[in-house]
Amino acid sequence: MATVAAVIASTHHPFFHRASTASGADRPPFADEWVAKIAAFRQTLTRARPDVLVMVGSDHFHQLWLDNMPQFLVGKAPHYDANYYNEEREFGLPRMLLPGCEDLSAHLLRGGLDAGFDLAFSNELRVDHSITCPIITLRPEADLPIVPVYTNIFAPPLPQPRRFVQLGKAIRELVESWPGQQRVAIIGTGHLSLELGGPRQFGPHGPDPDFDRRAVEWIASGDLSAALGEVTLDSLWEPGNATHGFMDFLLMMGAAGENVKADYSDSLDLFHTMEAYFTWYPEGVPAA
Amino acid sequence: MSRYLVDKFLYTIDRDPELVERYRAEPGRTVSWWEAEQAGRILNCPDAEATTWLTFTDAERGALAGHDYVALFELGAHPFLTLTLFIAMFERDYAEPLAFQREYAARLQHWQLPYPDIAT
Repeated sequence: MATVAAVIASTHHPFFHRASTASGADRPPFADEWVAKIAAFRQTLTRARPDVLVMVGSDHFHQLWLDNMPQFLVGKAPHYDANYYNEEREFGLPRMLLPGCEDLSAHLLRGGLDAGFDLAFSNELRVDHSITCPIITLRPEADLPIVPVYTNIFAPPLPQPRRFVQLGKAIRELVESWPGQQRVAIIGTGHLSLELGGPRQFGPHGPDPDFDRRAVEWIASGDLSAALGEVTLDSLWEPGNATHGFMDFLLMMGAAGENVKADYSDSLDLFHTMEAYFTWYPEGVPAA
Repeated sequence: MSRYLVDKFLYTIDRDPELVERYRAEPGRTVSWWEAEQAGRILNCPDAEATTWLTFTDAERGALAGHDYVALFELGAHPFLTLTLFIAMFERDYAEPLAFQREYAARLQHWQLPYPDIAT
């Protein structure tokens, strides 16, 4: 059976690409520290020697729209074009083409449906920055086949937080039951406290640094009971109106396992929102 | 109330570079044209299978025609859609990076939780 080579959770900050490639007066003062942290984080995936990447993210009203909105969707295609005009416009993100792994997509869909998750699927999916940001930060060669998994953290009504945890656990189990010898990294990106289009947006820090501190502790320690004890669909409005993206971190905590401490954790306090990076190695920490 | 239609306007303008410029330059005419000719388009259906019953309220039409992002927030337009489109239209008018985004936040400072419902 396949091996889960790593479980990786992080924020996805669309400004990283531009900040990391800017020079001279355009280069923000925090860029060098950010690039160094990303380089160290990237090593945690490289050391896991993955063959295939399961990429958990969320469409930001690009291909998925309110006339036909899935809660959880798995891509099943041989290739995925990536990034959109408005992401080029606002973030300077490049157009990309990512290879797909249809066999693992089919396995996740069949197994997920049989396990009680009524997953939607797409045979022609153009993915956005929730998936390309972690490709840019963790695997900029963009050479490994992916299975995109989209969650709805954006358009209410949303699934409950516990459902994200359950799906993460199921994805982990399904990867571990995939016939073959492939090494699979499960990577997912979400948000800590975040406000978009509201009075608390674009401040000097994330809108709720206290939530961020607690959230980082929950994730790093795998403390699902504390996280689920505190986080509800209603409560997530309080740290910031886009903080429901934290549920993708909950999904990744489900994939990593309850009370399993992250083998690597790091964070970076930035304007607008805090960055955070976590890696678990189910087989044990690989040699450097 | 037709919150969904307001979101559909913001979404379909934002994804089209020509419409972004047209809405920036001629907001009233763009809203009128869009409501008359585009509002009923089902994005994954042929044009002949259009929806027949979607219209804005006067308040929604006025907020869109007035580029009034504070009113759109208060009407429950999806804040991500409003922010993204308005950055595309107006960030260029500000000399400092993020100055438009910060002014946008400042103009919403009278709002505290709970924010207007955005469910559609």
